[in-house]
Amino acid sequence: MDSATSDPAHGTPTATPSVTGTPGTGTGAPATATDSGTHTGAPDAGPDTGARTGRHARTPLAGTADNGLKIVVVGGFGVGKTTMVRSVSEIRPLNTEETMTRAGEGVDDLTGVGTKTATTVAFDFGRITLDARNVLYLFGAPGQERFWFLWDRLFSGTLGAVVLVDTRRLADSWYAIDRLEHHGTPFIVACNDFGGPVHTEQEIREALDLPEHVPLVECDARDRSSSKYVLITLLEHLQAQALRETRT
Amino acid sequence: MSAPGPRDESPDRLYTVTGGRTRAGDDTPFDLVTLVVTESEPVPGMQSEHRTILRLCRRPTAVVEVAAELGLPVSIVRILLADLLATGRISARHPRTSRHPGTHGLPDPDLLEQVLVGLRNL
Ligand SMILES: Nc1nc2c(ncn2[C@@H]2O[C@H](COP(=O)(O)OP(=O)(O)OP(=O)(O)O)[C@@H](O)[C@H]2O)c(=O)[nH]1
Ligand SMILES: [Mg+2]
Repeated sequence: MDSATSDPAHGTPTATPSVTGTPGTGTGAPATATDSGTHTGAPDAGPDTGARTGRHARTPLAGTADNGLKIVVVGGFGVGKTTMVRSVSEIRPLNTEETMTRAGEGVDDLTGVGTKTATTVAFDFGRITLDARNVLYLFGAPGQERFWFLWDRLFSGTLGAVVLVDTRRLADSWYAIDRLEHHGTPFIVACNDFGGPVHTEQEIREALDLPEHVPLVECDARDRSSSKYVLITLLEHLQAQALRETRT
Repeated sequence: MSAPGPRDESPDRLYTVTGGRTRAGDDTPFDLVTLVVTESEPVPGMQSEHRTILRLCRRPTAVVEVAAELGLPVSIVRILLADLLATGRISARHPRTSRHPGTHGLPDPDLLEQVLVGLRNL
């Protein structure tokens, strides 16, 4: 069993170096760095993360699993990213963070952390076991401009992205779309229905300056089959694109 | 690769668990979804985080899941994993997603089909 003696004295994940921003999930409680909505499953085992690992019921992957795949759900604040991840995930969405440390301006600094700045991006993720070998991870990530420099690293090699938009706040997704296009990451746009005024597809396409070949679908992120349909639409889009490529 | 000694008293846990290193180097092979598998059981005296990882990864576990379970940033977990990989205590199953060099960055069509079949079966 766990030998208690060498568990860290400071057993909470609080020691993140100079956090400059935690999107969306800005709770002050570092031991459970999730937004409140993510705790739907087992009771939280408390701030001792070392012990938590032993106690809490995980759903392990099959021993044959050998290929992890990534899809990113990106969107503005409160647009339903976590909700979508939760609705299709086989595990309670987990939350983690990536810290990017940048050396001070113009200083190639190997000597210490003094002149470095660190930015932390929190993101949540869920998991879908596809078959004996393939496991799909779904990442919900903030779309705000100030976090994009981390994305290249975080999500390189991703299959594609779902841009989740709230039609009442279309401008929130401009930057994400622009950036994905710039990077050549395939994506689709899913409009999460918050009961706002109804827009025609054409109106939304125009507002987003969305090319015809990018699929635009409606969804309810709370609904499992609706979220599943969004993912299938993305995969079909990827297939169509692959087909076009091989023909040329 | 130098094995970090016991450092229980440092006030800064992140600094502590990695022995002061802040990055695993750009050649670090661990993707967010690289699946980690334990190859040998924890031994007494081993750093607490290392033992936790070895317990966690008895079944394949993605890097990002290890990070969430440990409550540590992914960058720190990559360093811990690099230690364990270097000493043969874990193995790593890297994603095959990697885009074909010739096909303009598009993933393998067979793989896309497998993903689609898996999603439709949900
Ligand atoms: N009406 C409606 N409400 C939704 C839908 N999807 C999510 N919500 C609600 O919108 C709120 C925000 O959803 P989240 O999933 O937390 O959004 P998020 O994008 O993860 O938010 P941040 O991580 O804070 O940026 C929650 O109260 C959800 O229940 C939807 O399809 N329709
Ligand atoms: Mg969220």
